[in-house]
Amino acid sequence: MTPTPWRYRGAVASRAVAAIGGGYVLTSIAIALIAIALPLPRADAVTIATLLSFVVYTCAILWVFATTSATRAWVGIVVCSAALGAVQWLVGGAA
Amino acid sequence: MKPGVVVKEGLRQSMSWVHTWSGLLVCWLLLLVFMAGTAAYYRHEITFWMKPELHKAADAPSRIATADAAALAVRGLQQRAPNASGWFIDLPHERNSLITASWTTPPKKGMSRAERRNAFRQQNFVLDPMTGLETAAPRDTRGGEFIYRLHFDLYYMSALWGRWIVGIAAMSMLVAIISGVITHKRIFKDFFTFRPNKGQRSWLDAHNATAVLALPFHLMITYTGLVTLMFMYMPSPTKALYGEEQNTMFGEVFMNAERGEPATKVAAPLADVRPMLQQAERAWGEAPTRIVVSHPNDAGARVELVRHPGQQLSNIEPSMTFNGATGELLSSTGAPSTTLAARGAIYGLHVAHFADPLLRALFFICGLAGCAMVATGALLWGVKERQKYAKVVAGGGKVGFGVRLVDALNIGAIAGLPVAFAVYFWANRLLPLDAAARSNLEANCFFAAWGACAILAQVRPTRGMWRFQLTLGALLMAGLPVLNFFTTDSHLGVTLFGGPALHPLAGFDLVTLALGLLLGWAAWWVGRKGLKRAGAKSSAARAASVAPASREAA
Repeated sequence: MTPTPWRYRGAVASRAVAAIGGGYVLTSIAIALIAIALPLPRADAVTIATLLSFVVYTCAILWVFATTSATRAWVGIVVCSAALGAVQWLVGGAA
Repeated sequence: MKPGVVVKEGLRQSMSWVHTWSGLLVCWLLLLVFMAGTAAYYRHEITFWMKPELHKAADAPSRIATADAAALAVRGLQQRAPNASGWFIDLPHERNSLITASWTTPPKKGMSRAERRNAFRQQNFVLDPMTGLETAAPRDTRGGEFIYRLHFDLYYMSALWGRWIVGIAAMSMLVAIISGVITHKRIFKDFFTFRPNKGQRSWLDAHNATAVLALPFHLMITYTGLVTLMFMYMPSPTKALYGEEQNTMFGEVFMNAERGEPATKVAAPLADVRPMLQQAERAWGEAPTRIVVSHPNDAGARVELVRHPGQQLSNIEPSMTFNGATGELLSSTGAPSTTLAARGAIYGLHVAHFADPLLRALFFICGLAGCAMVATGALLWGVKERQKYAKVVAGGGKVGFGVRLVDALNIGAIAGLPVAFAVYFWANRLLPLDAAARSNLEANCFFAAWGACAILAQVRPTRGMWRFQLTLGALLMAGLPVLNFFTTDSHLGVTLFGGPALHPLAGFDLVTLALGLLLGWAAWWVGRKGLKRAGAKSSAARAASVAPASREAA
């Protein structure tokens, strides 16, 4: 048993935070946008968006662990969240 | 583990890593959730088994009419709690042959939530479905309700905490299932592969078989489980469309009639419920199964009649609301939109209220397969990890802290939980009937038994401990029908040949017997493996004593 190097542990911890925390934030923003965008009565829109949330979250988590590096994972999560957040802000401002 | 193993390897390897860890970290909690959830498919039957005082009354050859049953329940409530804030009446239907009535009172100042719940548990009575007379008060037990709540609220903490913890475990499970499927390139072939008595390979095959066999069920039950509480876990769409008015959203999505309106404080006698029931029965073609009266004997009283959703998938219960003072129909739930019906169906799939006996049994068996999947997965980690220590152990060293911890947790959960469930049922029959807070005592017995098993396992995580706890679980489970024989008049000799209302009791005894036999077989199997291992060891020792020098050289 060779000890696991700290760099490796750090990368795993970083990915875990990106997946669990970052993924949750990204999911929240994405499904809020879906809820706003759906041309349905709001009870239907809120239901569909919330039903989709676990699918989005799962994909985000798996992608964070599948991508080549922890840095890439963070960049992906942050850029996607920011872009979707900006769209939501613009839509909110227009409405 | 090589450095950068996640970084450099392919998709399958990284998914395998995610599968292992997202599964392992939550598997013991998941096992509790799976076992309790599987049992909860029969929570009404379990509750019934745990209240032997009601068995005789339920086995009635005939029943009084539903409307008369409701009127009698209302009369009893008028006598006991005319000023209650709410009345609840459950009328006989397929899975319940008794008439039960309960009421809520406005909480006194300074009452804790637990005190309020305990008070509510005292406020009920049961009517004999044949005579309409009150039955003997059943013993104080939460029955299957404890198991059902344990499944998502946990215990000894606020329900909110419990639900978040279970939700995180369920989300991990969803990730583990999807990553497990991606890892698996030969999912179909592996399903037909079983190589017994091959150590790690066999555990892997067993894990694959139980997981893949019921994969649609596991995926469905995990996702739908998250959906049952989705508006709590994922509040952002609600925030975006409803702002802070979460209750408006619940009203629109769950389609429940407006409740919780304050009383007018103007006294007005409650109208007869019989015409309302007849009106509802005419409209639905079948009788309502539940009556909810808010603010009885007040001018603002509302009578809500609810129908069991029956065999439809959706759990949205059709209901009609009447003015309690005048008896006039105020509103009835319309047909839900496609989306809302879909959500109802997804929710309904989780609780399986629609299932007829055969389908319910299939859900139960799939639930057991889920328990087996979680258990074999947890064991597999230990078996794999142990191999890394093979050389160390052969040289007389010890396995690492992680392996020991996981082994001990596995024993405490896989072998310990059945003991805890069995002890819960034993406590129901053996605790004195007049014990204070008896239902809480039963729950404490469950956790005392589980805690003892878990601690013993941490002290000595050995094969002998596996065998001891599995044997104990087997004896306690298989002993339940025997205990039932000595403590009640509704044992297998009676229930097997009695009316249909007694069949759930026979089913309970037979299932615990079967589970006991299964645990007994597991204990025997572990023991046999132990003997083999010991035989191999002693022959190895003989070989070593023949050539001690070779060992020293190594």
